[in-house]
Amino acid sequence: MILFERVTKRYPNGREALRAASFSIDKGEMVFLTGRSGAGKSTVLKLIAMLERPTRGTVVVNGQNLGALKSRHLPAYRRSLGVVFQEHRLLDDRPVFDNVALPLAVAGASATEMGKRVRAALDQVGLLSKERMLPQELSVGEQQRVGIARAVVAKPAVLIADEPTGNLDPDLSLEVMKLFRRFQDVGVTVIVATHDLHVVHEFGQRTIILDDGEIKGGADAPLPSMTATR
Amino acid sequence: MRGYLSHHAQSLVGALGRLARAPFATLLTVLVIGLALALPLALALLISNAVAATGGFTGVVDVSVYFKPDAALTKVQQLAQSVRSRAGVATVQVISAEEGLKDFKQYSGFGAALSALGNNPLPNVLHVHPTLEASGPADLEALRHYLAAWPEVDLVQLDSDWVLRFNAILQLLRRVMGIAALLIGVGVLAVIGNTIRLEIQGRRPEIEVVRLVGGSTGYVRRPFLYTGMLYGLGGALLAAALVAIAVEVLRGPVATLAQLYGSHYALNGPDGQALGAVLAAGLGLGWSGAWLAATRHLRGIEPRA
Repeated sequence: MILFERVTKRYPNGREALRAASFSIDKGEMVFLTGRSGAGKSTVLKLIAMLERPTRGTVVVNGQNLGALKSRHLPAYRRSLGVVFQEHRLLDDRPVFDNVALPLAVAGASATEMGKRVRAALDQVGLLSKERMLPQELSVGEQQRVGIARAVVAKPAVLIADEPTGNLDPDLSLEVMKLFRRFQDVGVTVIVATHDLHVVHEFGQRTIILDDGEIKGGADAPLPSMTATR
Repeated sequence: MRGYLSHHAQSLVGALGRLARAPFATLLTVLVIGLALALPLALALLISNAVAATGGFTGVVDVSVYFKPDAALTKVQQLAQSVRSRAGVATVQVISAEEGLKDFKQYSGFGAALSALGNNPLPNVLHVHPTLEASGPADLEALRHYLAAWPEVDLVQLDSDWVLRFNAILQLLRRVMGIAALLIGVGVLAVIGNTIRLEIQGRRPEIEVVRLVGGSTGYVRRPFLYTGMLYGLGGALLAAALVAIAVEVLRGPVATLAQLYGSHYALNGPDGQALGAVLAAGLGLGWSGAWLAATRHLRGIEPRA
């Protein structure tokens, strides 16, 4: 499903954020990506979302070698992903409904379909009653959940989240992580970058550990029998 | 497909909304475009009025054929008949020596002096008016040649110099208008392009998010194209209004001037064709300016993570 093969990313300022990193993630798996800040977690997610391109190595998502992806196919590829940020990146001048509907709007969905799916997504994150409110009228935790609803509304095959609980208290963090696990339960591949070890231990998912751009553990998917018995 | 159409509608409504939220800035941009487009429109109007005021000179192109004194009137009438049957000839008027003398006595004020002459010094004359299509320099020259070939004819006078000069002036004015339109078109393109560039910068965070969720370049660009077209359309409407007002203001003085020349000429406002052209130019320039700016500046906007 997701495969990194000896991927190196060097930024224009000369910093090597990732050094010959190799790991794989199975379809429908939920994986944590941990490490200190600057260890390369965000870079892994940026490479998956095609916000950056690797300096060396190969990234494959859904059987698609991203190095061979033409730029005109990039929008369609991005529509197959859901992305959640630490700072939620909502549009402040539009109500919750419009923010969540954005991935459907860019895909050319009809108004009826949009209404149905946006409400389903808002229902999943428990914000159905707040669809007409502006993001600033919501609490930080609610804003984060709106961001999650936006990421999942188009039913992506892969959901990536960069420090989704960075601004949340422990209770809210657990709540958000439970939400992610519900998406995994319906077959979505979920990758969460976090340095919140408390959450990581609580959930007991496979954890890929990054340290200074190198993989220090959890690189390989568990054996099929182990995933089946979880 | 319905989603696509509804995004067009949303883009248009959104563009209108954004323009309405910044009325002063919008007005300023529309004003610049309107003033710029008004200039070539006014020039076009000047040319069409000049042509209309002079009747296109169809009445003025006139070939006068003076016969030798010994040519009989019956012969002249016979020849007039054969000129009438010639292609490219609209009317032929025979003015006999007697009629000519009568008119001359009446209008020149030399009646008494002419009576003292005893015999009529004026020749028989034909006035030949070619049709509009046959009024070109080459056609007129051919006609002159044909008429001068008759042995009875003394002199063929062609009043075409004025026509040629006037047409040359019109040609020059049309060229000036073309150059003005071209330069102004480039200027309007730049104004709209720059306005769109600023708007793109102002909406950068939004564009990044749309890119991130998989919005194509076409999707991101669409609202800006509508904004550009609205600027162009607004400017064109303003230009048409400005020229129409100018025509109303000038109507009185022009009528007075025409009257002094014994004419009832009334100034024409811009016609449907001119209005259509300026609206099309406004829309086209708005779309192109926005497309150029959006395609150029959206390329640099990729989402940050």
